[in-house]
Amino acid sequence: MAHKRSTIDPAKKWNGPVRQYDLVKEIVIATLVVGFLALSLAALFSSPDEKALTMQSWSIEAPADFAQTAAGELAGTTTSASYGPPYNTNGSGQNIGPLNLGKIAGVRIPIDPAKSFVIEPLSIEPSDAIKAAITQWSLASAAQESKWATSYADALTKDGKATTLADPTGKFGPVPTLVTGLLGMAQSGALDGALTTRDTPLPTNFTKPLLFLADSGTYFPDKAAAQHLSGDQWGVMNETGSWPGQSWLWLYSLWYQIEPFKSSGNADILVMSLMGVLSLGLIFLPLLPIISRIPYWIPVHRLIWRKWYQRKA
Amino acid sequence: MSTKTSWTGRVRAATLEKFEPEDLLPEVQPAYVASWIYIFGVATLAALVMLVASGLYLTLEGPAWWHTSNIGHYVNSVHLWSVELFFVFMVVHLWGKFWMAAWRGRRLATWITGCLAFFASIITGFTGYIIQTNFDSQWIATQAKDGFNAVGIGAFFNTLNTGQAILLHVSLLPLVLGGIVIWHVILVRRKGVVPPIDEAGE
Repeated sequence: MAHKRSTIDPAKKWNGPVRQYDLVKEIVIATLVVGFLALSLAALFSSPDEKALTMQSWSIEAPADFAQTAAGELAGTTTSASYGPPYNTNGSGQNIGPLNLGKIAGVRIPIDPAKSFVIEPLSIEPSDAIKAAITQWSLASAAQESKWATSYADALTKDGKATTLADPTGKFGPVPTLVTGLLGMAQSGALDGALTTRDTPLPTNFTKPLLFLADSGTYFPDKAAAQHLSGDQWGVMNETGSWPGQSWLWLYSLWYQIEPFKSSGNADILVMSLMGVLSLGLIFLPLLPIISRIPYWIPVHRLIWRKWYQRKA
Repeated sequence: MSTKTSWTGRVRAATLEKFEPEDLLPEVQPAYVASWIYIFGVATLAALVMLVASGLYLTLEGPAWWHTSNIGHYVNSVHLWSVELFFVFMVVHLWGKFWMAAWRGRRLATWITGCLAFFASIITGFTGYIIQTNFDSQWIATQAKDGFNAVGIGAFFNTLNTGQAILLHVSLLPLVLGGIVIWHVILVRRKGVVPPIDEAGE
């Protein structure tokens, strides 16, 4: 359908009828009203504050999960241990077509989980048994380390409830001593400090404990699921309890709920790329041929400017 | 003697001389500026004022204060509800401008700066959520890292580095967002409010 040309040139300064207006008064009143609203909503509904999890809380509340995860870090089978960039080269990261942006950015936050989460923290423990276990571990080949740790991690997972297992034949090597030592360190609270204070005694960087915690098989994800924060529960846009959270991330979270993103091994890069394209689409929407005409075809503007149109009629 | 050839003169010509005082602080508006939808732009700015005020209070007391103080928890709640109001107002404002086709009449830059303000707000809000120093922030940071890592941003912006996120949230991002918002408002004042789409459909 052809459209007639407007009789109003929107590029020219308005020289038609005007009405009285007070910008400063409007700003002051808006600030007072919105301020009153924010203060009232805060008084009525407050804000959530679920206590942060620690290595200590994890190792006390779910010791078997902690021990399995620690053994997994030594075995190199956890998410962190096989992640890839930016933490290590043990994984390939995600691709969109031939493009692997993570690899291009490189390993800028080097993390070797076996060393960073287990061996280095344990190295400050005074126990002779732990010192001997660390020495035995360090002198072994990578293949031997993997064999010991994988056997032990599998055995712990199979048992499900144990935090340590007997090893009459020595097939687990020093791993039971290392895992039990780390569990004890965590339960005492010492591991929380050891993971964050290696570079400075006044830490602000929690990459190591958070990566370790995120490797948890049940403790961390179960806590999140109980607060409806899992990925299949619309994940990061939610907040603990019944508070509204980052509802403006709904479109980002939506893609993770549907195929092909939901089951894709490259879901993150696909969703981020799609959101990037959609964001550019919004920014340059006025230049898009069909979408920029929608306001003309669906006359919501007749409602917005109804007084003006009535006046003209 | 004209100073238009000096750097100062050129900057003045490109900025101050573009505006009439009544454009910046108007006492009249075109007669068509008469709808509730116009409230949401100034309401967004008002919510931003509340955000900055409550955020400054939280900044002065430190990131863990609100866990141990009733006043701190209330100020944190004000900050939370201000951001909720801020986004509600901004999204309604954005939809309103879409249905008004408010980019008409060489107002493309106004639309673009508005969108940039929207995205800068999302990133600023996100960094706020990951510096709560509670369970919520731990979970959001560990989940969101995968998205940033997948596109290579995670190598530079580490969601698990709370110190980095705090500095971004209270210094760099407010400066960026504030700059975009000021630019957006200046463009609105300079270009004026977009007139109605003509009855013929333009």
